[in-house]
Amino acid sequence: MKIHEYQAKDVLRRYGVPVPDGEMATTLEEADTAAKALFGKGNVAVVVKAQIHAGGRGKGGGVKVTKSIEAANDAAKAILGMQLVTHQTGPAGQKVQRLLIEAGSAIERELYLGLVLDRATSKVVFMASQSGGMEIEQVAHETPELIYKETIEPAVGLQPYQARQLAFKLGLDAKQINSAVAFMMGLYKAYVESDATLMEINPFITTKDGGLMALDCKINFDDNAMFRHKDLKELRDLAEEDPLEVEASKSNLNYIKLDGSIACMVNGAGLAMATMDIIEYAGGKAANFLDVGGGANQEQIESAFAILLSDPNVKAIFINIFGGILRVDVLATAVVAAAKKLNVKLPIILRLEGTNVEEGRKILKESGLKFEVGATMKEAADLAVAAAKGGK
Amino acid sequence: MAVLVDKNTRLIVQGITGREGTFHAKGCAEYGTKVVGGVTPGKGGTTHEGWPVFNTVEEAVKETGANATMIFVPPPFAADGVLEAAASGVPLIVCITEGIPTLDMVKAWEIVKRAGPDGKRSRLIGPNCPGVISPGKAKIGIMPGRIHKEGSVGIVSRSGTLTYEAVYQLTTRGIGQSTAIGIGGDPIIGNNHIDALRLLNDDPETEAIVMIGEIGGSAEEKAAQFIQEHVKKPVVGFIAGQTAPPGRRMGHAGAIISGGEGTAASKMAAMAAAGIHVVKSPAEIGAMMAKVLGKAQR
Repeated sequence: MKIHEYQAKDVLRRYGVPVPDGEMATTLEEADTAAKALFGKGNVAVVVKAQIHAGGRGKGGGVKVTKSIEAANDAAKAILGMQLVTHQTGPAGQKVQRLLIEAGSAIERELYLGLVLDRATSKVVFMASQSGGMEIEQVAHETPELIYKETIEPAVGLQPYQARQLAFKLGLDAKQINSAVAFMMGLYKAYVESDATLMEINPFITTKDGGLMALDCKINFDDNAMFRHKDLKELRDLAEEDPLEVEASKSNLNYIKLDGSIACMVNGAGLAMATMDIIEYAGGKAANFLDVGGGANQEQIESAFAILLSDPNVKAIFINIFGGILRVDVLATAVVAAAKKLNVKLPIILRLEGTNVEEGRKILKESGLKFEVGATMKEAADLAVAAAKGGK
Repeated sequence: MAVLVDKNTRLIVQGITGREGTFHAKGCAEYGTKVVGGVTPGKGGTTHEGWPVFNTVEEAVKETGANATMIFVPPPFAADGVLEAAASGVPLIVCITEGIPTLDMVKAWEIVKRAGPDGKRSRLIGPNCPGVISPGKAKIGIMPGRIHKEGSVGIVSRSGTLTYEAVYQLTTRGIGQSTAIGIGGDPIIGNNHIDALRLLNDDPETEAIVMIGEIGGSAEEKAAQFIQEHVKKPVVGFIAGQTAPPGRRMGHAGAIISGGEGTAASKMAAMAAAGIHVVKSPAEIGAMMAKVLGKAQR
């Protein structure tokens, strides 16, 4: 689960990690009030930052440093409601519905701090780099030796010596070391206690008066752990997610929208990915990833159909089911019922295999509906691609 | 021979009184696995579907002589279930549960992977996996037994239904399987590809291996290196998610391309360089294995 920068900074504040003074605004009036308050406190600069769930906001024109209330209001007017395009949003961009109005900082150095799970060691690793403000992936790719790492032992957690080691490697001043250690210990505590999967402070800055601050902050949470974080769960902003994906998650369907024309309905994540692959291999492109799971019932199949059909790019539907636990006849009955109920006009291509497959095929044949059945996964994929290209 | 599970397996089921636990305990027993009991805290002393139920794993092991456990405990408590099984010295732990918080597994795995005071350690398969099956002998897991056929191809895979797909393609070509090991789709799992490959490589009954991976992490790259250095048997490989967009979690918690790491292209290149017969299309796994084994295609 992703959250906004302003929400991430609220989390950090709770753990004593220093972040700039600021307020979230959803209207120009709120932005004006927040900017006035910050200038009123003696800040010489106020930063207006677009809040969307994507990186690269600065380059896309979503971040502006202002020196007066008028300039802050102009910036808010320009950014709020804009369609912000970054390298992470795709060409359509993301509409800006929230702003963070924040006190400007006198930046001396821009550094990087990050916490992430290292799958190779099955432990959380703390990363630090002097190359702050850049994409860390780029640093990792070009100059991996400039990323310092400390692997954290889960039983004891981050130790002060590890934080100290990183702080010295970052070239921090001797006077800054203790506060840097406290900063990092706070981050680690926040990471563990909120079940994060990723925490990035980029940039982590030193200010001209020797202070340390999280100028930006990105936190992702573990969806599987949200049952024990009711407060964090509420930070989810549905406006930032694809409406079809939101709808699918309500029916416990694992759906990811893609940009092809062949809708897929599959049981199992691995087979669902493989189905996307075989469609591409057959010369088409999948419209989505959809795993209906091992125990899909009629209701779920119906919602799955409804979601697939509301994507206007879809020209054909490819159902690929390997019935293990999920019986093929049960699935066929559900597909027929849903297709009749929703009056599906698009070509449906099925590939069914597994438990009770003969009964399943019979149900389809006797339904009076037009289904095409592929004998193998490849044949079905070819049929689906042909149907989608037929343009019907 | 086969590996991990056979006629000598004595299986208990943690969470046996739950819906899934009951269903699959029966499924395993019907396939021929010796299911000797189950654990549900608070229901000790009762019987469920004819099996004795115990309050703790320790007690279950002591009373039944179990040497394997299958875990269906719900996600919030499953890591605890894994730890309990390891503390009770169960040699083989198969955790089916999907959706365990990652940080729970970080802690649990740190303990489980270490040897106990007696120098022995438990082997953990999963979590978020279909389990292990040695066709014709026994199974610990949720896979449909009848699509399998006893034989000599070992399978290791991160995915459930895709494993069934591969098995089916083999079986319909008359190629049987020695053992199919579903290692699980989570970012933190017990046995990884290399652990499973090592078992299959050492198994005299296994003549060839199918390795199925998916996007995310770098386990397949490391496995490819291991195969190049240690595995003399032919390996057919497939990676799911060749068309998956980066930054999105494709169903499995571990199936995500992040920071440029974990792409299918990188894994397929590493596997091909290691001499693995990599197929691009998931429909070609069986045909490629038939070719590798020198058998006529159907």
